[in-house]
Amino acid sequence: MNTPLFVNMEETVSIILFGIGFTMLMLHRNLIKKILGMNIMDTAVYLFLAVKGYIRGRMVPIVADGIQDVSAYINPVPSGLVLTGIVVSVSTTALMLALTIRLYERYGSLDLDEILMRAKEEERA
Amino acid sequence: MSRRRDDYESSWWRRFKSWVDGETDLLAEGMEIRIPQVPGDGNGETKQPGSQARQAGTDGETRQLGSQAYQAGADDGKDRPPHLFYESRGIRWFRRFYQVMSVLLCLSIIFVLLWTIACLPAIGNAGNPDNNEVSARYIEKGLQETGAVNIVTGMILDYRAFDTFGESCVLFIASCCVLVLLRIDAKDGDIQTRKRLEMADDRRFEPKEDIILQKCACVLVPLILVFGIYIVLNGHLSPGGGFSGGAVLGSGLILYLNAFGFQKTERFFTEKIYRRITLCALTFYCMAKSYSFFTGANHLKSGIPLGTPGTILSSGLILPLNICVGLVVACTMYAFYALFRKGGM
Amino acid sequence: MSLVQNFPFFSIILAMFSGILSSVLDGKKARNVSLAAIVMTTVMSAAVLHFCVRTGQSYTYMMGHFPAPWGNEIRAGVLEGQTAVLFGVVMFLAVVGGMDHTAMDVEESKQNLFYIMIDLMLSSLLALIYTNDLFTAYVFVEINTIAGCGLIMIRQIGRSLSSAIRYMIMSQLGSGLFLIGLSLLYDVTGHLLMSPAKEAVAAIEAAGLYEVPMLVIMAVVSVGLAIKSGLYPFHYWIPDTYGYATPTASAVLSGLVSKGYIFLLIKIFYRVLGRENVIASQIVNVLFVFGLAGMLMGSVHAILERDTRRMIAYSSVAQIGYIYMGIGLGTQAGMVAALFHMFTHSATKALLFISAVGLYEVSGDRKDFRSLQGSGYRNPLAGIGFAVGSLSMVGFPMLSGFISKLLFATSALQSPHKMLPTVIALAISTILNAVYFLRLVITLYTIPEAENAAGKGNDKRQRVFVAAKGQGEASAFPASSRKLRLAIVSFILLNLVLGLCSQPIVNQIGNGLTMFE
Repeated sequence: MNTPLFVNMEETVSIILFGIGFTMLMLHRNLIKKILGMNIMDTAVYLFLAVKGYIRGRMVPIVADGIQDVSAYINPVPSGLVLTGIVVSVSTTALMLALTIRLYERYGSLDLDEILMRAKEEERA
Repeated sequence: MSRRRDDYESSWWRRFKSWVDGETDLLAEGMEIRIPQVPGDGNGETKQPGSQARQAGTDGETRQLGSQAYQAGADDGKDRPPHLFYESRGIRWFRRFYQVMSVLLCLSIIFVLLWTIACLPAIGNAGNPDNNEVSARYIEKGLQETGAVNIVTGMILDYRAFDTFGESCVLFIASCCVLVLLRIDAKDGDIQTRKRLEMADDRRFEPKEDIILQKCACVLVPLILVFGIYIVLNGHLSPGGGFSGGAVLGSGLILYLNAFGFQKTERFFTEKIYRRITLCALTFYCMAKSYSFFTGANHLKSGIPLGTPGTILSSGLILPLNICVGLVVACTMYAFYALFRKGGM
Repeated sequence: MSLVQNFPFFSIILAMFSGILSSVLDGKKARNVSLAAIVMTTVMSAAVLHFCVRTGQSYTYMMGHFPAPWGNEIRAGVLEGQTAVLFGVVMFLAVVGGMDHTAMDVEESKQNLFYIMIDLMLSSLLALIYTNDLFTAYVFVEINTIAGCGLIMIRQIGRSLSSAIRYMIMSQLGSGLFLIGLSLLYDVTGHLLMSPAKEAVAAIEAAGLYEVPMLVIMAVVSVGLAIKSGLYPFHYWIPDTYGYATPTASAVLSGLVSKGYIFLLIKIFYRVLGRENVIASQIVNVLFVFGLAGMLMGSVHAILERDTRRMIAYSSVAQIGYIYMGIGLGTQAGMVAALFHMFTHSATKALLFISAVGLYEVSGDRKDFRSLQGSGYRNPLAGIGFAVGSLSMVGFPMLSGFISKLLFATSALQSPHKMLPTVIALAISTILNAVYFLRLVITLYTIPEAENAAGKGNDKRQRVFVAAKGQGEASAFPASSRKLRLAIVSFILLNLVLGLCSQPIVNQIGNGLTMFE
């Protein structure tokens, strides 16, 4: 098995997770599961980035013993991007959960279709 | 629909399927505490916390208010059970079609992206395009230019500081949005607000004086806080930094809150203090970075000493910035938790 | 380096800082801070625009002590300056015009939070306009999304909460696609700044490497930003979102937020992926088809709609379709037309939303056609504003919409394969636009029949005022304030300026686009 997909196994996994998360976020009716899907999707991208920064046999990018050679450390850029991305993902998750709480308090349901239907009924009344 | 066993409703497959469909929750039976129904309640099924609130409510007025509020929210409990919407045949077929389409869509996205990554360079290879002069300079000169031993911290707080400032603002604006949604202000507002106030009344959720939790918290909370402070202060020397340290600090505060309740935490942490800390930290962050952007773009010397790499007081602005970020993150994490739990701090 | 060149950076930081400061102020002070910040950023953007036009070139600005491939950077040119000035003006007028309704719709104690959203929205829009770095763009796209969600749900009624969650879901889908696109792009180029990334992309294309990944990157980035800006098949969140938010929020969201993403997409096309590559990859054709579909279907939906605010929102879907059609033509002229239409649409759609508010005020806050009958007499200025906006959308000469339609038609003539569909779709869409907008304008100036029959005076206007008494004064809404009138008049003037002085603006857009490359 020497095809690229098996060599880049981590990437393959992250892409599959991305697809699953994306579909969950887009098509699941339950809001909590949508949020789970969003987190899966984001995490998959971070896995992808983290894997991309890795170079075999090298150390984390923290200068040790005064060695400042490119060949000693992995690429620091993707790690930085992941750090930034995680905070963004935390923020959006918190916001969506807060919205979900308000909608549940109001309509007593987590099902997006039902919430929308009830919101329409409520307006008509 | 062609093949239906007698005990289909109780079979594992059926339960699995209904869980996948989002109709039931596998844990619902085991986890949820069922509250006896109050007579005259319009819709019992979906409003567990509400009926609980009415049980706990002491005076009759509150009780009436509660049932009114729920009727205002969704007053069709008897006329139309929640799942009637899915009963009609057309909608059921639509659902089936929708499920098939979603699986197809998922598979096609995965297929396209797999095809893409099959053409990408192999991972772990030093010759990949992303290991270019950019990361080379971060590694080779980062220590001299930023003074940070941790190259990643040096990168995000000095080379690419504008991104990181944006990221702090993401956290700030998300906390503002959560405040809008969950903070309960008007004590004598309209019926919706009062309903929310009643539901969010914390006394019901407040842990009883749990001696085990409190003793554990006595031991753990100081350790967690010290560890968080350590991570924040050593952000430029070792793995960690403002965000991770701040998250640890926030979790320590949350543990303290859970063990001792809001009354104790309110002695040192209120919304006013939260706002002040956030304002000070973000203002300092904003000013410090503006100074460094301005001097950098105009080719002026910044004049901030970088210190000896490896010591705690080194790397110029990175240490104070880490402290600011740590404060903001810790406060925001705690604020999220407090707002989610009782709609206030 | 002259002081003016610092202004893009100052304006971003100023808007952000005013947001941070507003968190401890009360609603009124926060509002004043926010207005001051908007005015100052607009003035600074105008100075930047003047500087760039005078020197005839764009410049990049280092955000920190490190040059291009290492540190963050922003970039200012003629096009950036123009867009920033226009966005500032529209934002200011939208905030001023909707101020009274904001005070009514938002809880007293949460008003400062509303203005925090406005400030951060402004700073993220400016950052999206000026950025020269892909990851900065991602971070500010997220700020923009969250601030937009905040503006929608701050009214806290059921429909606005449910539309906010829909908006968040669609936006997160878009952000996810955009982020994976960026990651893939970083993987094949190794750069996050736009200028070095473009060189790397050119080298890759020249060597014929990574054909599939490049195609997927273009597709994913375009689709991600198209979802966020509400292109036709991904438009489901638009009507609810624009229809139930507070008026300022509707005007800002429809006028500015979607345009910010489109501007970013154009910037990425020109400054990262390379226009030739994008055209060669057929992505533009996909955008073209979606754009055409949006132009027609958005108008059809708008015709079927009974609620006027939702109707205006569906009209936005159609107008976004126009813009993507212009991008999809794949020519310089098409791009100029798309950008000009972007300006037109920001100014006009904000005018429509704000003047519609003036009409609802005198109709008991009802938004359906029947209740609005005769409201053009009850609030004359709002009626005129709405009529001007509608005529501009339909493409009446002298107004900005006419110029953009003219530009679309002339640019279509230059691309032989797409000429016929473009011209036909333009014609049909214009007719459909006319159907729903003019129907509403005629409704505004029709006297309700019941009143007509029961009317006793022979003076027509007198009868209308009787009608107003029956309908309008029952509501708790005051007659439109001076601020609303000021906003409507300024918006009308803005439209006339865009319509009458279009030639220099169009020239500068073309100029700015050449600077992009």
